[in-house]
Amino acid sequence: MRVFVPISVGGWVRLFSRWDILAVLLILGLLVFLGEASRHLFEPLADLQRTPPSLDPANLPEYAARTTLRMFIAMALSLLFTFTYATLAAKNKQAERILVPLLDILQSVPILGFISVTVVFFMALAPGRVLGAEFAAIFAIFTSQAWNMAFSFYQSLRTVPTELTEASRCFRLSPWMSFWRVDVPFAMPQLIWNMMMSMSGSWFFVVASEAISVGNTTVTLPGVGSYIALAIEQQNLKAVGWAIGTMLVVILVYDQILFRPLVAWADRFRFEQEPGVVAPQSWVLNILRRSRIVDRVTRPFAVLWRRLLLPRHPDNVEAVRRAPRTRPGWITFQLGLIVFALTAFALWQALRFFTEGITLADVGTVLLLGLATLIRVIVLIALATVVWVPIGVWVGTRPYAAIVVQPIAQFLAAFPANVLFPIVVSGIVAWQLNPNIWLSPLMILGTQWYILFNVIAGASAIPAELRAVGASFRVRGWLWWRRIALPAVLPYYVTGAITASGGSWNASIVAEVASWGNHHLEAKGLGAYIAQQTDAGDFHRIVLGIAVMSLYVVVINRVFWRPLYGYAERKFRLD
Amino acid sequence: MSSLLLDIHGLRHTFPKADGGDLLVLDGIELEVTQGQIVGLLGRTGSGKSTLLRLIAGLAQPSDGSVTYLGQPVLGPAPGIAMVFQGFALFPWLTVLENVQLGLEALGLPEPEIRKRALAAIDLIGLDGYESAYPRELSGGMRQRVGFARALVVHPNILLMDEPFSALDVLTAETLRTDFLELWGDGKLPIKGVILVTHNIEEAVLMCDRILLFSNNPGRIIREIGVDLRQPRNRLDPQFRELVEKIYVAMTARTPNAPTGRQITINTVLPRVSANLFSGLIETLAAEPYRGKADLPVLADELHLEADELFPVAEAMQMFHFAEVEGGDIKLTDIGKQFAELGTDDRKKLFQKQLLAYIPLATHIRRVLQERANHVAPKSRFLDELEDHMSTEDAEHTLRAVTAWGRYAEAFAYDDDTGMFSLENPS
Repeated sequence: MRVFVPISVGGWVRLFSRWDILAVLLILGLLVFLGEASRHLFEPLADLQRTPPSLDPANLPEYAARTTLRMFIAMALSLLFTFTYATLAAKNKQAERILVPLLDILQSVPILGFISVTVVFFMALAPGRVLGAEFAAIFAIFTSQAWNMAFSFYQSLRTVPTELTEASRCFRLSPWMSFWRVDVPFAMPQLIWNMMMSMSGSWFFVVASEAISVGNTTVTLPGVGSYIALAIEQQNLKAVGWAIGTMLVVILVYDQILFRPLVAWADRFRFEQEPGVVAPQSWVLNILRRSRIVDRVTRPFAVLWRRLLLPRHPDNVEAVRRAPRTRPGWITFQLGLIVFALTAFALWQALRFFTEGITLADVGTVLLLGLATLIRVIVLIALATVVWVPIGVWVGTRPYAAIVVQPIAQFLAAFPANVLFPIVVSGIVAWQLNPNIWLSPLMILGTQWYILFNVIAGASAIPAELRAVGASFRVRGWLWWRRIALPAVLPYYVTGAITASGGSWNASIVAEVASWGNHHLEAKGLGAYIAQQTDAGDFHRIVLGIAVMSLYVVVINRVFWRPLYGYAERKFRLD
Repeated sequence: MSSLLLDIHGLRHTFPKADGGDLLVLDGIELEVTQGQIVGLLGRTGSGKSTLLRLIAGLAQPSDGSVTYLGQPVLGPAPGIAMVFQGFALFPWLTVLENVQLGLEALGLPEPEIRKRALAAIDLIGLDGYESAYPRELSGGMRQRVGFARALVVHPNILLMDEPFSALDVLTAETLRTDFLELWGDGKLPIKGVILVTHNIEEAVLMCDRILLFSNNPGRIIREIGVDLRQPRNRLDPQFRELVEKIYVAMTARTPNAPTGRQITINTVLPRVSANLFSGLIETLAAEPYRGKADLPVLADELHLEADELFPVAEAMQMFHFAEVEGGDIKLTDIGKQFAELGTDDRKKLFQKQLLAYIPLATHIRRVLQERANHVAPKSRFLDELEDHMSTEDAEHTLRAVTAWGRYAEAFAYDDDTGMFSLENPS
C-alpha cells in the first residue's frame, strides 16, 4: 500500500514541480478568461449600441473569448439537457415512446430557424439588457449542440451490458449512484466524441447568432461572429482574414487544452479494449495528473463528490427492500391523457396560426422551393461522394497518409465554412456568375469533410488480412473497388453522408442568400425563403418555411438514409 | 429452524412471448438451502438455472411461488445475498480497489471501514499488489478473483455463483476452484451458504454438497444427488467417477419431455449443431477404440468437450436416428455406421433422407416451398409459426439450425439478403 504523507516534505524545490507551475498557469489563464468574458453581461443594451464593434484586430482576443464562453455555456446546458432528457427516455418506457421521436424531429429542424423564432422571446426575458440577447445567442448555439449528444447518451444507456446493470442492482447501488458510477462512465467515450462534433458544428451557428436581426429587432453582440458580419458589410477582406486566423487559434487551443485531455482521460471508460489501438495521449492531461498541487486542490472536491453519491439513509438494517408497487395501467392512462391533450392543443394552435396569415398558395410555393433545395442537396452530396470517396479510400489504405490527413479533415469539418462565403461571393460578383448554380457549393463547403473523414476511418479499418487476400489474388482496378474497398467503407460513408446532408440543409439558410457589401445574391430555394422572411420578420412564413424544411429532412431520413444505413450495417459490417 | 438460509416453494416463472402469450421457463421448483452447504444447480444451457439464480438474487420476481431468505420474502436485491458473474461484470473504469469498495459504499459505511474491509477482502482472495490496477490490465483469472472479492466484501450470508469459472481456461479455472474450496473449508470466507450454477458435471461433483439436476424446457428439478465425498476431492477417485457417470445417466435418461426421433414435432426446439460436427463425431464413434459405442463421460474427456457441448450433438444425432443415447452411453445405429463409410456426396444424400424423414420442420419447409408456384417463401413465415410455441430466441436458433442442415443436405436454399427460402440452388 502507498502511504500518503499529509504535507509535502523535502523543501521548496519539491513543493513546486515544473508540472505544478504549468498547471497553475493553465488554471489561472482559464479563470482570467472567464472573468474577462463575463464582465459585460449585465451592461445595459444601450451601452452595446454606443460602442459598436470595430474591425480593429486588437479587439479580436476579447471577441474570441466572449464567443467561446457562449459556446461553453451552451455546452453546459446541452450536457444538462442530455443527462435529463436522454435518461428519462432510456429509463421510462412510457416517456421513451414520445421523447425519442420528438428528439428525431428536433434534430431535423433547421437551427437558424430556432434563432429567428426565439430571439424576440429571449429579448423580452431581460428587457434592455445585454443578457437577453446573450440568452438568444446561447440558445441558438445550444440547439446546434444538444440533439446529437442526447441521442448518443440515450443509445449508450440502452446498451449498458446486462451483467453490469445486474451487478449494480445486486450490490444495491441507489439509482443516483448507479447513474453516476455506471451509466455515465459507460456512455462517456461516445458522449465526448459527440461533444466534439457538437462544438465543431456550433461554430457555424455562432457566426449567424451574434448578429441577430429579425424584422426590426437588430442586436449585435461583441464576438467573432459579429466581427465577421461587420467585415462583410464593409467589404474588408483583411478583417475577414484576421477573423479566420483567430478562429483557427481558438479551435486549436480548446482542442489541445480541453478535448484532447478529455479524450485521453475517457479512454479508461471504454468498455471493450481492442488490441493494437494506441491509447490517446494528451500533454495537458499529463501535466494535470503529475502535478501535486492540482492533486491537493482537487482531492477535497473528489471526496465531496463521492459523499454526494453515497446513500442518505443506509438501509443495512432493513433486511429486504420492498419493490415499489406501481399501477402501470393507471399511469399509462394518465400519461396518455396528458399527451393527447397537449397534442390537441398544439394542433389547434398550429391551425389557428397558419390560417391567420398563410394561404394554400404559400404552402405550395414553399414546397416547390423545398424541392429546389432538395435537388441542390442531392447533386452536391453526389458530387462530394464522387470526389471524396476515392480520395478517402486512397488515404485510408495508406497508414502514413491517414495519420496526416485525418486530423486535417476533422479540423476542416470543425471550421465554420460561412466565414469563407465572402470570398466566394466576391468571386461570383466579379465574374457575374449565375447565383442559382454558383451559390450552391457553399452549402456543402463545410459539411463535405464528414464524408471524407468517415471514409478514411472506414478504409483504415479494413483488416490487413482482407487486403492481403485481395493482393494475393491480384484483385485490382475496378474489381478491387467493387468487391473490397466500396463495400468495406459503405457503413462509414453512410454515416458521413447523413451528417453532411443534414448539415447542408441547415447551411442552405445562410448559403442561398449571400451578400458582400452592397451586392446581394440570391438563389431560389427554401433556405433563401426562410432567410428573407426572417429579414422581413414575418413569423407565419418563417414557421411555415421551418416546418416544411423539417418535413423534407425527416422524410428523406426515413425513406432513404435510415434504410440504407440498416442495409449497410447488416451486410457489410466487418467483425 | 435457524440454520435454514433460503427456502423456495412452488416457484414458477414465465417470460412473455412475442405473440403476447407466456413461455414457461421454470416450473415447480422446491429448494431449501441450509447453513454450511454448497448447492449446485446443474443443467443444460436454457434450463432456466441462471434465471432461478436471478430470482434468488431479487433481480426479478417469480411469476408464482415464493423465495424466502431468513424468513423474509425476497422482493428486491437483498443485503446478505451477493453474486459472482460469469462475465465478471467488473466496472472497467474502476480500479480493483474501487470495484471491491463499490458494494460497501452503497451500504453507506464510513470511509475508514470501507477501506479496511476492502483491503482485507483483497488480501484474502490473493489480490495483494493489484489494488490500483484496472480490470483490463488483469488476466481472466485475476478478474474473477476481483469478482469474488467484491462479492465477499459485503459479508453476504449467501453467495450466488453464475458459472463463475466457465469463461476461464481449464488450468486457471481449476486453480480458482481449489483456492475457493480451501478458503471455504478453512472457514475463512464470511459466508454461510453457496449456490453454484454450472453446466460442468465434474465441477459440480468437485465442489458441491448437493447437486440438483435440471431438465430443459421448462426447467424442472428432475433429481437431487448428494455428494458425501470428503474435500479435497480427487477427480480420479473411483467414487468420484461413479458419481459423474451417475449424473450422465440421469441427464441422458429418457424423460417424457426429452425429444427423441419418435416425439419431435414441427415445434421442437432444435439444437444448433453443424453438419461437420455430426460427421466428425460419427467418424470418431465408428472408428477404434469405440467401434460404434462410447461412454459419454469418456468421450467428453477424450474430445475435450464439456457435457454442455456434447449433449446437443448427441441429441441431434438421436433426432436423425444416427445414434441412440441411453444410460450415459451413445451408440451408433446401423444408419449411423453406414453414414461413416460413405463419401461426401453420398453422405449428403443420406443426410437429406434422414432430415426429411425425421425432422418435421424441414419436411414442412420443403412442402411449403413445393406447394408455392414460384417455390419461394419468406423466413418470417416460418419464424412466426415457431414463435407461437417458443421464445423469439429459440425460434431464431431453431430456424438457423434447420437452415444449416437444409443447406448441407441441399434440401432447400436460403438467401439471407432477401430473407427468402427457395428450392433452387445456385448452379
